[in-house]
Amino acid sequence: MARNKEKLVLLLDVGPSMHGVLSEVEKLCSMLVEKKLIFSKYDELGVVVFGTEESKNDLTTEVGGYQNITVLQDIKVVDGDLVDTLQKLPRGRVDGDFLDAIVVGMDMLIKKYKDLHKGKKRLCLITNAIHPIKDSFEGSKEDQVMTIAEQMAAQGMKIESIVVRGRLSRDANKGVMDENDHLLSIFSKKTHTRIVYVDTPTSLLGALKTRRVTPVTVFRGHLELSPHMKIKVWVYKKTQEEKFPTLKKYSEKAPASNKLATHQVKVSYEYKSVDGSSTSVIPPEQRIKGYRYGPQVVPISTAEWDAVKFKPEKGIKVLGFTDASKIKRHCYMKDVYLFIAEPGNTRATLAVSAIARAMKEMNAVAILRCVWRQGQQNVVVGVLTPNISQNYKIPDSFYFNVLPFAEDVREYQFPSFNSFPASWQPNDQQQKAADELVQMLDLAPSGKEALLPEFTPNPVLERFYRHLELKAKQPDAAVPPLDETLKNIVEPDPELVAENKSVFDALHRHFELGQNPKLKKSSRQWYQEKQSGSNAHVSSGQAVNSIENQPPVKIEKIGDLTPVQDFEAMMSQRDNPEWVEKAIKELREKILALLIHSDEGDKYQKAVECVAALRKGCILEQEPGPYNDLMHHIRQYCEEKGIKSLPQLLASRDLTLISKSEAEDSDVTAEEARSFFVKMEPKPDV
Amino acid sequence: MDLDPEDVFKDEEDDLDNEFYHQSESSKEYVVYLVDASPKMFNTTCAGNDQKDETHFHTAVSCVAGSLKTQIISRSYDEVAICFFNTREKKNLQDLNGVFVFNVAEREHLDRPTARLIKEFDCIEESFMREIGSQYGIVPGSRENSLYNALWVAQALLRKGSIKTADKRILLFTNEDDPFGSLQDAAKKDMTRTTLQRAKDAQDLGISIELLPLSRPDSEFNVSTFYADLIGLDGEDLAQFMPSASQKLEDMKDQLRKRMFTKRVVRRIEFQIANGLSIELNTYALIRPTVPGAITWLDSVTNHPLKTERSLICEDTGALIQEPPKLFQPYRNENVKFLPEEIAEIKRISPGKLRLLGFKPLSCLKDYYNLRPSTFVYPSDQDEITSAGAQMEPPGMHMIYLPYADDIRDDEEIFPDTEEDAPRADEDQIQKAAALIKRIYVKDFSAFQFANPALQRHYAVLQALALAEDDIPETIDETASDEEGLTRPAVVRAAEAFKHSVYGDSYDEESDMGKEKMSEASRKRKAIAENAAKDYDWGNLADKGQLKNLTVGDLKVYLNAHNLPVSGKKEALISRILTHMGK
Repeated sequence: MARNKEKLVLLLDVGPSMHGVLSEVEKLCSMLVEKKLIFSKYDELGVVVFGTEESKNDLTTEVGGYQNITVLQDIKVVDGDLVDTLQKLPRGRVDGDFLDAIVVGMDMLIKKYKDLHKGKKRLCLITNAIHPIKDSFEGSKEDQVMTIAEQMAAQGMKIESIVVRGRLSRDANKGVMDENDHLLSIFSKKTHTRIVYVDTPTSLLGALKTRRVTPVTVFRGHLELSPHMKIKVWVYKKTQEEKFPTLKKYSEKAPASNKLATHQVKVSYEYKSVDGSSTSVIPPEQRIKGYRYGPQVVPISTAEWDAVKFKPEKGIKVLGFTDASKIKRHCYMKDVYLFIAEPGNTRATLAVSAIARAMKEMNAVAILRCVWRQGQQNVVVGVLTPNISQNYKIPDSFYFNVLPFAEDVREYQFPSFNSFPASWQPNDQQQKAADELVQMLDLAPSGKEALLPEFTPNPVLERFYRHLELKAKQPDAAVPPLDETLKNIVEPDPELVAENKSVFDALHRHFELGQNPKLKKSSRQWYQEKQSGSNAHVSSGQAVNSIENQPPVKIEKIGDLTPVQDFEAMMSQRDNPEWVEKAIKELREKILALLIHSDEGDKYQKAVECVAALRKGCILEQEPGPYNDLMHHIRQYCEEKGIKSLPQLLASRDLTLISKSEAEDSDVTAEEARSFFVKMEPKPDV
Repeated sequence: MDLDPEDVFKDEEDDLDNEFYHQSESSKEYVVYLVDASPKMFNTTCAGNDQKDETHFHTAVSCVAGSLKTQIISRSYDEVAICFFNTREKKNLQDLNGVFVFNVAEREHLDRPTARLIKEFDCIEESFMREIGSQYGIVPGSRENSLYNALWVAQALLRKGSIKTADKRILLFTNEDDPFGSLQDAAKKDMTRTTLQRAKDAQDLGISIELLPLSRPDSEFNVSTFYADLIGLDGEDLAQFMPSASQKLEDMKDQLRKRMFTKRVVRRIEFQIANGLSIELNTYALIRPTVPGAITWLDSVTNHPLKTERSLICEDTGALIQEPPKLFQPYRNENVKFLPEEIAEIKRISPGKLRLLGFKPLSCLKDYYNLRPSTFVYPSDQDEITSAGAQMEPPGMHMIYLPYADDIRDDEEIFPDTEEDAPRADEDQIQKAAALIKRIYVKDFSAFQFANPALQRHYAVLQALALAEDDIPETIDETASDEEGLTRPAVVRAAEAFKHSVYGDSYDEESDMGKEKMSEASRKRKAIAENAAKDYDWGNLADKGQLKNLTVGDLKVYLNAHNLPVSGKKEALISRILTHMGK
């Protein structure tokens, strides 16, 4: 752990033009420290801000110059105070000079570590780089940057620059920006550099890798094109899901006086035999693994299993090349691997480059069979796609995606949309409205892609670490709502929606008026949601208005979604008396289905709503029979199953039998109706 | 309809796949395979594997055998029965003529598939004529109706279990499109009517009847003659029903495989396009990794399954903890505690529905934007249309899980420490590479044509052990590379040309050098090990029990020198050395 300690200096622009995004910078930097506190506690960190009115750094005292740069925190091992410091960055009044800041940061690293820890020292610059840097005394700005970059390379330092641009710095001088961009790009020629341009607060949050993961190869060895042609490659993970941290379980058993208590909880597993009445714990050596094969469980000892199991040889073999269109994108199974040529091996790099470029030209992909390590018990078949590097410093490489085996695929059949009757097909206007939606809701207009995965932080993790920090200070703090920057990840951009209001309106118009009974059942089942944002859906039957003399929509079937509304709509269809009978019958079935499919009573509420509607309907139509039958049935069902909550619910809503006073045809007296559910009480737990 | 919002973004592997593979009793399926065994099934042949002609009976039987094997692996709770009709012998509970229910010992007629069933069914063709026999069940002048009987028997078999908790299906294999063709008018009409009524009764009981027709090469199976009425096809559906596809064994297997699994909706979800505009969608898991089933711990003495008890024990006091504990994360030198509800609240970043954020061109979807298998979505509230056609790709949409910034790594950027640019292949090298690629080009590759060799092996072993067989059958690794093809002269030539273009004459040198380097390094290591091994008088140390005084490093030197594993704790190392010395 310790040998991988990273030494990082943050160089933060706090000048006036940065004030708009400083709160995101604060969040980003404190997130960085919060994660370091958990995952790499021994990393060291310093903080330099530039653009401040005052100046406080070694260089300004020693040699003069280097104005408006403040060392907020000397390099030290990360701790909680650093988070506090970073959460309250000062707001500067002056436009800062990022090159001076870089020099100050380098000076701090050199003074502290000399030329040790090569490759572990890092500078991270966050600026908008829209203000010109000072002219140097000797040589051009470029020469100056060149010298600094060479020094940086000699010291084994890396630099990462996050440049905030786009919407966040609109009225800047383009000439200055270009000059600065050029200067920053010089670094990348001389030393290990990463420059990122971000243009939204959200992408700023994702711009910095807040957790450092030491890269580990999955495989080192030959990529075998044929028995005679092998290329040396290393394989890394390209994507790997960062999981929500696994929290430990907390025990409150230890007395408060015990200061050394760990409060940890151990999970222990005991294996007991259940022969007859006695249960005894079986020691580990007496246990044997059993594998299911149909109803049988086949016991196999580890040794036996080792002798017969599938043992492929380690190695990566090309099974063949094929057309890229043969591999569907949705078949990718897992996280992605990266294949690079063995570092430092020029020939292998060339070979990889040649094949990658040839594949790209031919639009081909390679199918690979991989066994990453000796002793691995399965093989992986996947597709290798070329990755042509745009950066001339970075060699070409491949990405590798795992493909499914025959066993992994469920080939369900779905009716084709085209085979639907014409009435289910979108008409021209609908199609046009949808086309427009796709066109206008473009997230990547003219190459400026919004919500680029590379710069989109995981809102859940973001929220967790922020809340962790908050809870450390206030243990009772409630979880705050998602803030605006993170909301942009889970909700459509309100600006974009507002700009395209007409498109949405058109969509609403076409799909609402286009509704017909067929459509209700069809693939395009649109329904209106109350604008208040509540989840109650108004049945499509009621939502459609008759502006254009459209006949009211006919409901032919009670759906799962809004049974009550559907029922009411059906009952009110006066063109045929059969509707009433059908509606009652269907709702009755729906209620019974709800009861049977209810898990721990979760659907009772809905069932009760339906019962209420049915009762009302049956009284209106003076048809007490079906309703009373149903109630008897429900009571019997509840008695058999010992369900008490449902009768209570029904009783509380006065949903008892329909008595003679309510409907003439009923043979139930008011008294009987009242005591209908009461009668259940004397025999509980039946 | 109430959906836990967290669900949508939750780690799906946990619940979804468990649900999918370790299905509970409540979602099981009862299937009766109804195989026509009339002489016509034996007389008609079609092209099978290896250009040899296979009888239709063989085709049907091997399809059933194949699907039994799949069932025991991935849906072992399903219950199946195999039933032949148009047979000489009869065996069924109703004692009806011409129907034979195939079964093995220790198994009810409709039961979960067992190893023995699969084993014996595999060799049914050998004994079929002797023990079951084939004969036309519907002949003029007799009142017998074997198809009617078969449906009756199948329906009786499926009486078990409630329709609410199980799907019930009859899969009917036949090559006779006009079963009552040999009869005279009145008798034909009568039998047709009663048979259709029988089928309708079964369907009314919630049993679906599916037809897997076999066509003769000369005349196509005509569904509309009789079976369209039986399985309830009309109009457009009938047009979609394409029996001609099933002339070959492979096609038949393909069809059966597609129907093996009834569609299972993973989740129903609302897709919100704009405020007030939503579509109701069903999600389906079309692709999920199949893993060998979970293990069950057994008592090695009695082979009875063991019950696993999980208990939480406080490490400080040793007390048992009953209630679900709070969670904590050490942070800033203290333990920050969370209630499970708080964690759930943190994860709840959006209400449980899909929201449309916008559109991007497909080119924005990079190859490395992938973390999990995709999920298929299709509008819900859709009436099912079953077609027998071979559907390659279902219509609908695939949901692909994109990574977040936290999940993407930039490992390709870690090495360029040099000032030089990365080497790039020149035009000639690319051309040579293209030539090589052309040589090993596969034209008709399908993404999932390979069976997983590890799984195949796993279940072959299990089957052999379950039947107490001594020999474990060899399984074929379909993923093995085509060595023979790759050593064809043309391929070798292309490879050599490419090699020469990139490596010059140094390729062999380089690989040899690598080998030499390796061997040199390992020789060095060995030499050191041997020296070290000599340094100590191991035997003496062992005798005196002084091995424990050595460092783990020293012990490993001995182990390395003797090619023994170096894993484990010190005690393990010592005992390994002692074992090796034979002490």
